[in-house]
Amino acid sequence: MNFEFSEEQNMLRDQARSFLADKCSLRNVREILDGDAPFDAEAWRGMIELGWTGTAIPEEYGGIGMGYLELCVIAEELGRSLAPTPFSSSVYLFAEAILTAGSEEQKKQYLPGIATGATIGTLAVFEGPHAPSPKNIKAKAANGLLSGEKMPVPDGDVADFAVVAANSDAGLSLYIVDLSDDSVTAQSIKTLDPTRSHAKINLSETPGELLGNEGDGWNILGQVFNAAAVLFAFEQVGGAQAALDMGKEYAMTRFAFGRPIATFQAIKHKLVDMYVATELARSNCYYGAWALDTHSTELPIAAATCRISATDAYHESSKENIQIHGGMGFTWEFDCHLFYRRSKLLSVNLGGEPRWKDMLISRLEQASA
Amino acid sequence: MDFNDTPAEAEFRAEVRTWLKANVPHRDKAAESEAELIRRAKSWQAKKADAGWACLHWQKEYGGRSASPIESVIWQQEESKYDVPAGIFAIGQGMCGPTMATYATEEQKQRYLPPMARGDEIWCQLFSEPAAGSDLAGLRTKAEKDGDDWIINGQKIWTSGAHYSDYGILVTRSDPTVPKHQGLTFFFVDMKSPGIEIKPIKQISGASNFNEVYFTDVRIPDAHRLGEVGDGWRVSITTLMNERLAVGSAGGPDFADIFRLAQNIEINDQPAIKDRAVRDRLATWYCETNGLKFTKFRTQSALSRGETPGPEASIAKIVSAKKLQDIGSFGMDLMELGGIMMDENVMLEDGMFQGAFLGAPGLRIAGGTDEILRNIIAERVLGLPQDIRADKGVSFNEIPTSR
Ligand SMILES: Cc1cc2nc3c(=O)[nH]c(=O)nc-3n(C[C@H](O)[C@H](O)[C@H](O)COP(=O)(O)OP(=O)(O)OC[C@H]3O[C@@H](n4cnc5c(N)ncnc54)[C@H](O)[C@@H]3O)c2cc1C
Repeated sequence: MNFEFSEEQNMLRDQARSFLADKCSLRNVREILDGDAPFDAEAWRGMIELGWTGTAIPEEYGGIGMGYLELCVIAEELGRSLAPTPFSSSVYLFAEAILTAGSEEQKKQYLPGIATGATIGTLAVFEGPHAPSPKNIKAKAANGLLSGEKMPVPDGDVADFAVVAANSDAGLSLYIVDLSDDSVTAQSIKTLDPTRSHAKINLSETPGELLGNEGDGWNILGQVFNAAAVLFAFEQVGGAQAALDMGKEYAMTRFAFGRPIATFQAIKHKLVDMYVATELARSNCYYGAWALDTHSTELPIAAATCRISATDAYHESSKENIQIHGGMGFTWEFDCHLFYRRSKLLSVNLGGEPRWKDMLISRLEQASA
Repeated sequence: MDFNDTPAEAEFRAEVRTWLKANVPHRDKAAESEAELIRRAKSWQAKKADAGWACLHWQKEYGGRSASPIESVIWQQEESKYDVPAGIFAIGQGMCGPTMATYATEEQKQRYLPPMARGDEIWCQLFSEPAAGSDLAGLRTKAEKDGDDWIINGQKIWTSGAHYSDYGILVTRSDPTVPKHQGLTFFFVDMKSPGIEIKPIKQISGASNFNEVYFTDVRIPDAHRLGEVGDGWRVSITTLMNERLAVGSAGGPDFADIFRLAQNIEINDQPAIKDRAVRDRLATWYCETNGLKFTKFRTQSALSRGETPGPEASIAKIVSAKKLQDIGSFGMDLMELGGIMMDENVMLEDGMFQGAFLGAPGLRIAGGTDEILRNIIAERVLGLPQDIRADKGVSFNEIPTSR
């Protein structure tokens, strides 16, 4: 049994952690929170230089072809640091969509730019405050031209390309769209988590290049979301651990009734519950990482399992971290809310937990049939 | 990252599988009385021991196999695939054995460990008292020196298996005038000694697995003392550390069982599993069950590398005992009023959900309550400070007590 990350992978983790501590501390995150920049350009450049964007992209498409386990390691550290960069949109969503359904030419055309950081990609599925379905997606595609409104689109205001879900005569399909086309407007929108930028994108007769088979869009999205769920789950676990560490640190130093609040059981046991949830999620994430890395047929189940578990852990840990901080935790000035915001963003970005729980049970029903 | 055994581990697993396949006896659990269970358990344990499959990680000369920790885990994984009579040796082999191995003399180890491993002699743990459970160091059973013997007076309670045990490990108070952790002395005792009286206690499940054990002028030779006089707390810690490793996950219905029930039982004329609220609960349990399973795999990987697992093993008991209670309760919800029926002719699934409902409360208490385990994780894993104690530094006989 070797259900662990290897020594090399742990070295990569150390390297990632120290890079992020240096170039992407919570101070940097707050600059994005309070400023106008959509992301931290310097941290982003640094990640590109370290080759992170090409971690799991095969060498033939310009990546460094390390693999998914390495990408998971990086994702956990990105989650811990709350990195305000378009990494996930470009790497977990756009690149995964191209890798999953792209033709050989499309892979050759789009992946090198992602790997080298020359371009930023994203995925445009949602159309407002409701769960998307193959039926209710209103964006239309006809004769290779797309029209419709997508929001929120993660990093839609900074991305060069997007994979867009739209309905054609054949049903829901995916298209690669060049967002610099004149027919496209992208407008930043205010969201719960200003440390990650989102946009409203309007397409009007915009040229789109079919990705995968026409009518196969929902199915491809399912596969992309499975891979992305594992990677985001690592971000969630990283964030949950960071919130737990922060709560612990504060509890040790804050005094009330003449003693550290960490001596009160209500606080100790709360921290233990955060720890237990985070450890269970971490273990499920390892399962997800293994399934992703080995292209296992268990991936759909593993992905849902680690996503649900990590969503719960991050929610628990980030909300109770605020509670442990008392009034301080409710201030803009303290960092607790950064984790709380991010935890909510990550719990809905691939669809909400009720839907994932339902999908998990459906997948288990299929597996047991 | 993989789930694979190393070549050596795979070879070992194959050997274990072959032996188990050829040797596990057929078991008909219907109407298995306690006496019959003990007889079958002893016979299975002896068979294992004779072939070198008992207490694998113990040294050979004490009845074990001198196997590595990972080999022990592989054995447990393979054996647990069969429905073999187990449990009655867990306290002895899991806790009393390691305590004896650490503190008994060489002669004593030669005398007592092999029959413990072979299941010829059963051991129990005489720790808890009416006024000392979580606060074990508050125990009062008195030990007074009399020549080469000690005279024991007092009462133990909740002693699992005392009624069928041959020996027990016992913590006593030898000096009430010093702070509570300092005045304890630890022994092992022959359960057939004159002056020991065992009274079964009926549990909420109706069964009687644990007992009150009274000591009236029981003589224990000083040679049966483990550790120094007054150093009994340290010896107890050895037992308790092993207890945490031994308890692990709760048995009983798990995700697969409640999943099957939800597929087979109907709500509103369709399988319960189609109900969104039911799916939500099932998904939560699936994630917990797997989280525990993969946490175990991580621990096992650490064992593979030769590391010893720490108190994080307590996670398994906290999570699984609560889950067991919830699954038991929810299973009965799905059966609605019929869920209360425990008549063997009409109950579903051999009554496993009712059994879990009635058994789980005990699991949340035995071997460290949910609250005590949270304290242990808080202090030993997270490094948080200890609770403030009202009895710190106070002589035992001056500590305030319940009325
Ligand atoms: C099925 C079963 C089998 C058992 N077998 C054995 C056995 O073989 N040998 C043996 O010696 N004992 C055995 N026990 C006893 C068991 O170890 C004790 O019941 C347990 O340690 C709790 O002690 P108590 O019952 O005195 O409860 P108490 O310690 O009185 O606890 C009552 C409540 O107070 C809480 N509490 C106590 N202290 C604290 C604290 N510091 N912080 C927060 N909450 C606290 C507890 O968590 C619990 O909820 C068994 C118990 C059960 C249920």
